[in-house]
Amino acid sequence: MFVLASTTVNLARAQFATTSLYHFLFVPLTLGLGPIVATMQTLWLRSGDERWLRLTKFFGTLFLINFAIGVATGLVQEFQFGMNWSIYSKYVGNVFGAPLAIEGLAAFFLESTFLGLWIFGWNRLSPRVHLATLWIAVIGSWMSAYFILVANSFMQDPVGYKVENGEAVLTSVWALLSSEWALWAFGHTIFAGLTAGSAVVFGVCCWHFARGRNVELFKPAAKLALIVLVPISCVNLWFGSHFGIIVEELQPMKIAASEAQWDTCSSCSFSLFQIGGFTESDQKPSFSIEVPDMLSFLATGSLHGTVQGLNNLNQQYKQQYRKQFGASQSYLPPVRAIYWSMRGMAYAGSLIALVAIVGAMLYWKKRLEKWRWFCWVGVVTAFLPFVAMTFGWLLTELGRQPWIVQGLLLTDRASSPSVSTTWLVISLTTFVLLYAFLLVLDIGLMRHYANLDPGEADSGEGEAPESPPAVAY
Amino acid sequence: MDLQNLWFVLIGILWAGYFLLEGFDFGVGMLLPFLPRNERERGFMFSTIGPVWDGNEVWLVVAGGATFAAFPSWYATMFSGFYIALLLLLFFLIIRVLSFEWRGKSKSPRWRAVWLGCNAVGSFGASLIWGVAFAALLYGVPINSSGDFSGTFWDLFNLYTVLGGVAVVLVFACHGATFLTLRTTGDLCERAKMAARSLSIAAAIAAGGFLALTVDVAVNHNDKDVFPPILPAAAGILALVLAVVFVFMRRSAWAFAMTALGAMLVVATIFTSLYPRVMVSSTDFANSLTVDGASSQHYTLAVMSVVALICVPIILLYQSWTYHVFRARVGGEEPPHTPVDVLPGKTGDSPTG
Repeated sequence: MFVLASTTVNLARAQFATTSLYHFLFVPLTLGLGPIVATMQTLWLRSGDERWLRLTKFFGTLFLINFAIGVATGLVQEFQFGMNWSIYSKYVGNVFGAPLAIEGLAAFFLESTFLGLWIFGWNRLSPRVHLATLWIAVIGSWMSAYFILVANSFMQDPVGYKVENGEAVLTSVWALLSSEWALWAFGHTIFAGLTAGSAVVFGVCCWHFARGRNVELFKPAAKLALIVLVPISCVNLWFGSHFGIIVEELQPMKIAASEAQWDTCSSCSFSLFQIGGFTESDQKPSFSIEVPDMLSFLATGSLHGTVQGLNNLNQQYKQQYRKQFGASQSYLPPVRAIYWSMRGMAYAGSLIALVAIVGAMLYWKKRLEKWRWFCWVGVVTAFLPFVAMTFGWLLTELGRQPWIVQGLLLTDRASSPSVSTTWLVISLTTFVLLYAFLLVLDIGLMRHYANLDPGEADSGEGEAPESPPAVAY
Repeated sequence: MDLQNLWFVLIGILWAGYFLLEGFDFGVGMLLPFLPRNERERGFMFSTIGPVWDGNEVWLVVAGGATFAAFPSWYATMFSGFYIALLLLLFFLIIRVLSFEWRGKSKSPRWRAVWLGCNAVGSFGASLIWGVAFAALLYGVPINSSGDFSGTFWDLFNLYTVLGGVAVVLVFACHGATFLTLRTTGDLCERAKMAARSLSIAAAIAAGGFLALTVDVAVNHNDKDVFPPILPAAAGILALVLAVVFVFMRRSAWAFAMTALGAMLVVATIFTSLYPRVMVSSTDFANSLTVDGASSQHYTLAVMSVVALICVPIILLYQSWTYHVFRARVGGEEPPHTPVDVLPGKTGDSPTG
């Protein structure tokens, strides 16, 4: 997807990037849309207002369409470690495997089983129990995210282990579960998921407002979406930047790369935009727009803090790992991609918060549904969280390079020795084609269902005359 | 029993659970193109497994995750070695997973037929691959001295492993048919009973042959004695023969219990035949991966044992409750519901029930 390189490691990386980023288009909708739909159903149960029931079913459908594809692509994630990264799997299995297994046992079972109960339980369970099944599924999906991020955090900031006979061995499960990196990543991810879920709900409402349809019905949904979106998207900006301070301590190279900061500095300025300055041979940008002291503030929390530069860190690592990996190994990550990923994420995130605030003001003044052009802005904003999250993961995982486990194992020494380039070409092609096809279908289905009038008798069965309208599948 | 052996048994149980539960899912999927006569019946068939397939598939996710955590080397060698087979498996599982949610949401009859086909092909393909893959673990594949797979895709295939694939497909198809006899009504149920007749005979022959051969392969390829592998093998054959008897006696519940037992005993036979190895090497028997050599350290296993001890009983409780909630037969006058289909004002739903 990114670098069409011929080596197996790069193909394996391209495949992992493609499948993970793709998977993560659907995960946040489960994390974020789930609780919003559950809130709608709770409001219906509490108030008896039929509109909430119609909204629950309307957005529940959008939720389920995406949940299916999230489950399907999630399987690939679990299999891929062993398929493409067998050396990595052997090296970290003792530590990394545990949160994955716990995720399945403690969270994914809960999520899948109770979601099945919710989908089919409308007439079989009492309304209260039925509502509880959805909330339990939501809790399951959040726990699921936590355990997966615990596993991921071991690649970023390994804790609770020792190296024995060339393998990482778990020494403290509590250290692993309470990893600072994991906890911050979890908060950031959940907020991002809620932002995505509420932005999608808001976008769909705006779509209907823009076309002057179902305005009265969608007003409460837009209100609910804004109540979530405004605070969460703003808090997440702060949260993300504070996460940056944690990362500066644990993975200083990542922060240096995300700012293309070659030399160690204090009171460093933050560049909003720059041309050039992204490679070791070209360290000075030919053009840049800078905000004084801002980088020091973002990375350390103080306007005069010291931010370590790429050159220093590279030298430091070279010294530290000379015996293990040889003197020629460079520890510089791909600076240009990381610099722009960081900005893509931050700019998209800020834009979402801005649109949310303006939207809330318009809603408060009862103008939202009248300002058609702003409604179209709201529709477009529904896509922004996905842009932000994709860039966010690129920043996180590219910023870790050349390590697959920070400080322990290098990416290009971790792939499967038994997997040939041919196999990788076959699998990468398969996934890219299949995923592209599914994305087209998914968007088609989403469009169709987002465009329906809630409560309209269209459940996709309309054209099959012999089928009753209520057959589930 | 030390923790390595405990986890070998637990992973065996997870796979057995997967074969038991997803087995009938796959079976129903494979029968989709053959049993129903109209769109209504197709919907009923989908509905019999609709509420539970996702929970069933988690058994696979957990079996995979547990293998990763408890036996990293086994996970690494098996998943990287069976690369193309697992790629195909993922493809089949993906199209199948999507067919559930997306068939009901597709408007055109053509797309609905496509999704139905995806479910059937996915169920068939996934069953076939599991059969071949498990048989290959025991029969042996090329593994070099550093414990890595050193063969090609075709090394997975020989008469024994292909028989394994066919046997698993037939056992699952039959298991699906006996499941449908319990979950449907009317004509559809009658047709499921008829299908169960021929399928149970075919499954008993294929799986019986496979289980008998498995004991032979265990002796000749894995340095085992006839005992103990013969115990689960014989029990499996007995269960599948009894399944035929009960199907013809029209004792549906008993027939289903027997196909369930048969599916689980296939896994039990493979695992019993494997022990103390987890993957047999065909290049040099000494390169085979063993329970002791492939496992994680004591602490990891201890942590996971505690988690499993707490979670598994709870999972069994709520999954059984799911089956209890959806115990009613599907069909006749009362169609199943999804959120999309239940329209306000039409069903009389209200907060107070």
